[in-house]
Amino acid sequence: MALLQTKNLTKHFGESRAVDGVDIVIDEGEFVSLIGSNGAGKTTLVNLISAYLEPDAGEIFFRHQNISQWSPIARIKVGIVRSFQLASLFDTFTVLDNVAQAVFSREGKSIRLGTAADRNAGVRGEARQVLEEFGLQTRADSIAGKLPHGERKLLDVAVAYALRPKLLFLDEPTSGVSTRDKNTIMDTIAAVVRAGKITTVAIEHDMDVVFKYSDRIIAMHQGRILADGSPDAIRGNEEVALNLLGTSATI
Amino acid sequence: MKGDAITSRGGAISLRLAVAAILGCALLAIPQLVSPYQTLLLTYGLVMAIAALGFNLLLGYTGLLSFGHSAFFGTGAYTAALMAKYLGIHSMETFILAGLATAFLMSALFGVVCVRHTRIFFAILVMALSQVLWTLAYKFYGITNGTDGLNVPFPTLLGGSLTFRGAGAYQRFIVAYYYYVAVLFLLSAAVMWMITQSPFGKTLQSIRDNQTRAEFIGIRVRLCRWMAFLFSGTFTGLAGVLWLPLNRHVTPDVLYWPFSGEIVFLTVLGGFQSFSGPIVGALAFSYLKTYAVAWTEYWQFLLGAVLIFLVMALPTGIVGTLELLAARLKWPSFKPRI
Amino acid sequence: MDVLVFQILNAVYYASVLFLIAAGLSLIYGVMGIVNMAHGSLFALGAFVTATITQYAAGHVPTLLLFLLLPLGAVAVGILGLAIEPLLLRRLYVRAAEEYPLLITFGLLLILEDAMRFVWGSNPISANLLVQYLGSVSIFGSLYPIYVLFVIAVAIVTGLALWLFVYRTKFGIILRATAQDMKMASGLGLDVRRVYMLAFAGGCFLVALAGAVVVPYQAAVLGMGMDALILAFVVVVIGGLGSLKGALVGALIVGGVRTVGIEFFPELELASLYIIAAAVLLVRPTGLFGTKS
Repeated sequence: MALLQTKNLTKHFGESRAVDGVDIVIDEGEFVSLIGSNGAGKTTLVNLISAYLEPDAGEIFFRHQNISQWSPIARIKVGIVRSFQLASLFDTFTVLDNVAQAVFSREGKSIRLGTAADRNAGVRGEARQVLEEFGLQTRADSIAGKLPHGERKLLDVAVAYALRPKLLFLDEPTSGVSTRDKNTIMDTIAAVVRAGKITTVAIEHDMDVVFKYSDRIIAMHQGRILADGSPDAIRGNEEVALNLLGTSATI
Repeated sequence: MKGDAITSRGGAISLRLAVAAILGCALLAIPQLVSPYQTLLLTYGLVMAIAALGFNLLLGYTGLLSFGHSAFFGTGAYTAALMAKYLGIHSMETFILAGLATAFLMSALFGVVCVRHTRIFFAILVMALSQVLWTLAYKFYGITNGTDGLNVPFPTLLGGSLTFRGAGAYQRFIVAYYYYVAVLFLLSAAVMWMITQSPFGKTLQSIRDNQTRAEFIGIRVRLCRWMAFLFSGTFTGLAGVLWLPLNRHVTPDVLYWPFSGEIVFLTVLGGFQSFSGPIVGALAFSYLKTYAVAWTEYWQFLLGAVLIFLVMALPTGIVGTLELLAARLKWPSFKPRI
Repeated sequence: MDVLVFQILNAVYYASVLFLIAAGLSLIYGVMGIVNMAHGSLFALGAFVTATITQYAAGHVPTLLLFLLLPLGAVAVGILGLAIEPLLLRRLYVRAAEEYPLLITFGLLLILEDAMRFVWGSNPISANLLVQYLGSVSIFGSLYPIYVLFVIAVAIVTGLALWLFVYRTKFGIILRATAQDMKMASGLGLDVRRVYMLAFAGGCFLVALAGAVVVPYQAAVLGMGMDALILAFVVVVIGGLGSLKGALVGALIVGGVRTVGIEFFPELELASLYIIAAAVLLVRPTGLFGTKS
């Protein structure tokens, strides 16, 4: 069933049409990869859906409810969560505390005064479980700001995951990560979201990663949807190959 | 592993409690050991420590630098002074309750305007708004006596049971008031500790570290900042009320923005990256300023030079530097960190 | 009618001085991202230095030439700025926190204030002879000091020159590039350190020039810097930090409100300014023409 739908979603930055009349439908349970060359509008699309930016036109529906005017917090509450391309963490916090903060927030305890945050066994226990799922449990007491790049990216996703999303947007989860680590990271992420049956939309540039994990691929170009279909269909699509690879030979 | 963590935390906790208890006892024993003048200085220090604790909730924990906290300090002080003058009230408890209320309201008002803004603008805005209060105190001579200020007699303590009149009143007051302030200081520190260790305290820090991410994990950033502002201003307002009986005279100087600068200075001196830093800074500053003023007419120059030195060489202040030294010498670190 | 004209001239005079101060503040902030808490003290320093130079030269130099000495005070402070930036500020750029420059410039404020008290004591100094030299002009039958018009002219000329410099010269382009993206500019081979130094010195020059032109009309007194700083902040809060246009508009608004305020509700004149500032911010959180939110 359709979880998310956008109609004519549009965003301009001055002259440039970053997102230009985009209609997409994301079905529940899918793992979708969002591909396209730089400037195609992928991150802007995610920004619009997560309410990081306001659209100039168009509407967004979640479970058939019009959420176009909703604030970021309202969207998070129904389960629309995102990670960030540049790992966005609480750098002075430990890895555990980063995840715990998300748990506190999700449980509505972020402004609680009467108890000690560090002694909340329930929250910390859950945070530890999340870390285990992501393979970060050995780093639980490390300071997030000092982690190596790949682990920061993984932690960024773990924090988003701790919010128990229904629809998770990953903004280039493996960018900047060495080839060897890319697979480990994506394996972890894919395993976690599949186990949790979380609908996932991942912006990704690495075609190997894209074809290995996706149920469906959406290709964007200059703010518009270029192609949308199964990996095989995209593989054979000449336009996609032209725009993404610069050659007419298919992928 | 979970068990290990709890044990080591437990160990650290009982060590901290022990240290706090020792310091608490020392605090309470002071007047028996030192001269009335030293006791008075220490009382000033404790009062400023309360102000600094409040101030640092915004700076150290929430990442908001305010050059306008004199507004809250002055609100507390003037509330008490005006009540004394126009309502003939002399009960310290009444002063405190009223001062807390007015400081709370003032913080709420300031907060609504200021917390929508990012760091630099926030600093400037709070400063500019605090000047509104200064100009009101300065210009409405009929009510506040302008720069001549208001005089206030010794208040009564403990519901009127302790009064200070007649011969030897001053000496008796110094001792009694010291204990009064010391107890309130310990209470304030306990409350602030509770705030900073709570999930709310953690949330403030998450906002400080990464406002965007905080918002995108569902935290109401503006509301939290406003709440921090409320606590911060109210604490500083309490300090203003407690300060008044020590000075027994209040002028608009206590609302003028360079006084906010003093609060900033003493917090940075002690170290704004830890809980105890502001306390240490306030106490150190109380002595530093007194001796600087006695030593040279140009003590402001000295303070400026010290501040620059601190920021460039010892940005973590006294407490932070001591912790670094302790770590180098491999001593156990017991000073409560943020 | 003449009262109205006088009020307008007063407001524009006031705005002229504020514009110079705010332009300096915005220049420093726009290029370096630093709010200079010592800005007001540099204003006072410009006033004191100029007054002293004028007094020394008064007997020996024709009064007309004294006008040429006015910028000297500003230049002196500008040179001081060339020394301050590398000494105090440069080391902070690696630290990301915005708080540290605020703290350091606040320390600088404390140092400057006492330094001025040490050198000049607590007596006001003036250079009133410049005002007297220019005499008065008759406007609608009443006399008005020509010096005020001179100050307005200085502000206009300086504003134009600044605008031309920033938007029409090669160095101006370098300045704006560095302001927008310091790392990129550095990566392109621009000497960012020199740009920062010159920007800071430029800001110091502008604010000291304000002090220099003010001192013949209003004596240099201790503490004038503190008041000036607050007003400068109100100007940039309203007009926006980092913007030349904002400094101009903000200065005009503050000048206007202050003049109206003094006329009609003197008790609340300063308070009304801050309230207006707060109101502007509610609508436009970075000021009317603010950059770098």
